[in-house]
Amino acid sequence: MKRLLALLTLLLLVARAFGVDTGEEFADPALQARYERLTHDLRCLVCQNESIADSNAGLAADLRREVREMLSAGKSDQEILAFMTDRYGDFVLFRPPFVARTWLLWLAPALLLAAGAWIAVRIIRQKAQLARTDTDDSDLDSGSA
Amino acid sequence: MWRYLLPLAGLAILVVFFFFGLQREPGTIPSPLIGKPAPSFSLPSVDNPAQSVSNADYRGRMYVLNVWGTWCIGCREEHAALLAIAHTSAVPFVGLNWKDERPLAIQWLKELGNPYTACAFDADGRVGIDWGVYGAPETFLVDANGVVIHKHIAPLTEEIWQRDFLPRIRAASKAAP
Repeated sequence: MKRLLALLTLLLLVARAFGVDTGEEFADPALQARYERLTHDLRCLVCQNESIADSNAGLAADLRREVREMLSAGKSDQEILAFMTDRYGDFVLFRPPFVARTWLLWLAPALLLAAGAWIAVRIIRQKAQLARTDTDDSDLDSGSA
Repeated sequence: MWRYLLPLAGLAILVVFFFFGLQREPGTIPSPLIGKPAPSFSLPSVDNPAQSVSNADYRGRMYVLNVWGTWCIGCREEHAALLAIAHTSAVPFVGLNWKDERPLAIQWLKELGNPYTACAFDADGRVGIDWGVYGAPETFLVDANGVVIHKHIAPLTEEIWQRDFLPRIRAASKAAP
């Protein structure tokens, strides 16, 4: 068990070696954390379901470079995201803003869950009703027998 | 009775959803640049590093910016059409050679012909990012006020030029003669 645990821990460390991002880490861990968060929140436009942190497309590497440079230049997260949306639109964000055009996108999970719950409740109630009438029937049967 | 129609209604909703959803092209991302001033750039020319190409050279004129690279298959596909269109067009074609290698780009223009009045060399892709370029070939139309009025993503053809570009060029030149 201990050996397995050690192996798994080692595997965790190895994951970094498989990473796409070959850029240098920031000396400041806070900056590095912001860098990681930002690059994971930005969509690679070439391979649209990957973040720029995970994509090895040329454009993703260029966008990582832009993020890195803006962070080094002391830009805020908002400024960096604005730089991206000014050029590529809200599409570049994995978490688009809640506006008129995206409310359905944001609310769809809650709406679907509510609809599912409503259907489930109805079905359960119906089943319960049926079960009751069934026992009533059997009562009648036993009564008549 | 109506409850038996429910699955059918669900199906109808899905059909409508997919009818519109599947016609969308997820590869074509609308540009936030439309209606905004074109990002300015000044880059060395592809064929002569000492010479600079800037969109300030086209102040007061309409121009087309075509983003290409020798690594881009779609660019090779559109090249013949680009040559033909640029040859007859009154609007100058400015090239933006994006994330490419200079010798390859020079050879390409020599071999396949040069449709550009000037071609800028954007080796590190920064100007491309400023223009929101994500996949060559991309073609922008900029009016005389320096405002981006149209963007086409994917290879250009005569048909697309006549359908999407020419009417805008005519309208823009009428608005600002």
